[in-house]
Amino acid sequence: MLQSVWSYRDFIRGLVLQEFRERSARTLWGHAWLVIEPAIQIGIYVVIFSSVLQAKLPGSGDRLSYSIYLCSGLLTWNFFAGLLLQGRMLFVEQADLLRTIRFPRSTLPIALLGRNVINAAIPIAIFLGLVAALGRWPGSVLFGVIPFLLIQTLLGLGLAVLVGTLNVFFRDVGAFVGIAVQFWFWLTPIVYPMTVVPKPAQAVLDWNPMRHVVGAYQRVLVEGRAPDWPTLVPLSILTLVVACGSWLVFRRLSPDLVDEL
Amino acid sequence: MASIRVRGLGKFYKRYDRPSARLSEWLSLGRLQRYEPVWVLRNLSFELQAGDALAIVGRNGAGKSSLLRLLNGTLNPSEGELEVKGRVAAMELGLRFHGESTGRQNLFIAGQVLGLSSDQIAELLPEITAFSELADHLDQPIRTYSSGMRLRLAFSIATAVRPDVLLVDEALAVGDARFQQRCVARIRLFLEQGSCLVFVSHDPQTVRSLCSRALLLEDGRKLREGSPAAVLDYYNALLARLDENHDIEQAQTQAGAAATRSGEGQVSIESIELLGGDGPERSFPVGSPLRVRVRGRAHQAVADLTVGVAICDRLGNHVYGTNSYHLEVDVPALEPGEVFDAEFQMPANLAPDPYTVTAALHAGRVHLEGSYDWWDHALAFEVVPGREPYFVGRAYLPVTLRFEKLPAEVGSGGTDARR
Repeated sequence: MLQSVWSYRDFIRGLVLQEFRERSARTLWGHAWLVIEPAIQIGIYVVIFSSVLQAKLPGSGDRLSYSIYLCSGLLTWNFFAGLLLQGRMLFVEQADLLRTIRFPRSTLPIALLGRNVINAAIPIAIFLGLVAALGRWPGSVLFGVIPFLLIQTLLGLGLAVLVGTLNVFFRDVGAFVGIAVQFWFWLTPIVYPMTVVPKPAQAVLDWNPMRHVVGAYQRVLVEGRAPDWPTLVPLSILTLVVACGSWLVFRRLSPDLVDEL
Repeated sequence: MASIRVRGLGKFYKRYDRPSARLSEWLSLGRLQRYEPVWVLRNLSFELQAGDALAIVGRNGAGKSSLLRLLNGTLNPSEGELEVKGRVAAMELGLRFHGESTGRQNLFIAGQVLGLSSDQIAELLPEITAFSELADHLDQPIRTYSSGMRLRLAFSIATAVRPDVLLVDEALAVGDARFQQRCVARIRLFLEQGSCLVFVSHDPQTVRSLCSRALLLEDGRKLREGSPAAVLDYYNALLARLDENHDIEQAQTQAGAAATRSGEGQVSIESIELLGGDGPERSFPVGSPLRVRVRGRAHQAVADLTVGVAICDRLGNHVYGTNSYHLEVDVPALEPGEVFDAEFQMPANLAPDPYTVTAALHAGRVHLEGSYDWWDHALAFEVVPGREPYFVGRAYLPVTLRFEKLPAEVGSGGTDARR
């Protein structure tokens, strides 16, 4: 399977680039928009929250800490949400292709991943540049986020394939996921810090896997501390279960997939 | 080595009464079956060896596209065996392009979809461009292309590398005649080199010139298999179906025109028959005798009757028409209940194409003076290439050519005169 995917690498690259090509079509500035838009967004967050609203994290007198807290959670969450939201249309949007041409279906989730990695990498790179410029570079602790990023990616991709497959048969799934992602966002301490949540509710939020993933980024970038390593164990198990489950569902339903498109 | 082997092939789609029926089936983990199978293809068997070309004909919804998709591997068979050996290329109208991207970018995308690497495509690009004859448009966005230009691009990339198995789905009909000929030539070359072809088409000319066999599908089953000529004739008869059933007031004919009938009914057309040299015929080689026999019955006493026929092309243009008045044939007065035959005989000096026959019974020189029975596009037939020399255009004019070399001074004199 890996070999056949490798021979379709140019096809995958084409699928990934397609979106960016379409976005830059009939524009004067083309790909520059990919940078301008997130740069301005991040700029607004930093300026508004640190200077205008002067928001501060509880227990911290630092003016920049809330902006960094917000961005480190939000930008990584957007990556995760993008996988899920675009994943809904994973097979539906390629109906023509799936109906007419035979190619490895695994190329579609790989292209989805590629597209979202590029989409997320640009704002994250801008943000990290800003962090460095503001003298808040966390140093080598930053490498600690890598396992969390990997887990987040695999979890998101697993859910995307699951959602994308089910959405072929029941479009309700797509609508439901749209709402679920919003709820999930607000059930994750991204905009608000965990400390403002009442104790009993905190226990509930602890069951949210994304709270631990996002928590790791916030710890590294805001506090400059290494992530909470033991949380990796349940996160890895969960991710593995989701990925396997999603693979099984896809395997089971894939014979009927094209019939329904 | 290319080959296709299909044995007892069947395909059904699942139909659920309600979307929730599928959910309850899923939740029962295989203990319940809530769907109703809708068969689109059943019990189909055929074999193709390298160099074979099979035409698939049939009405819309007969299962042709499903068959191609099964052969292509995008659909899974529900029953039976299916073995396709070799690299498959499908030439479907569905080969989608991205409107905002240029022709060149789309060539790369389409090639990648077909499993070619960018390097391979770059290498093939000059040849693809030359075949498509789109060099001037290659850097324009696809949305500015006409459908014929898109077809040219699609065909050029799909056939840039000789596939072992080529599946073509009515796509060629979009192209102009010249490009169609080039496509046919290229497909023929592939066949000689050992490819298999499965060709879905309603164009009898292309089918006859490419395919050695044809298969008629009706409701997902094989109705006929044999030589393209025999199968196409049967298919046309199936479409027209007016021979046995002439009280049908409206039927879809091969040319796509609707057969409609009107008139006051003093005299009515009982039947219209198309006859060739020896009996009923629906496909006429160019120049062969074509007879239209109109049988009529008078219901009232009629003193003034004109019998006319007209031949229309697939667009409904009159190609030829005349009547008993212009032919100066004396039609006697008819008493109620009297029956007559009027037989027009003419050579089929027409270009190979589908046509329809219209017959009319009316008073006077033209039908304006009173139409008794008027049957538009009553029958469909086809003119097919015969033994005549190749020609282009709408009509076959029996032609002779005299060629003569002239002495030098006469030749130069001619040039001078033109100056």
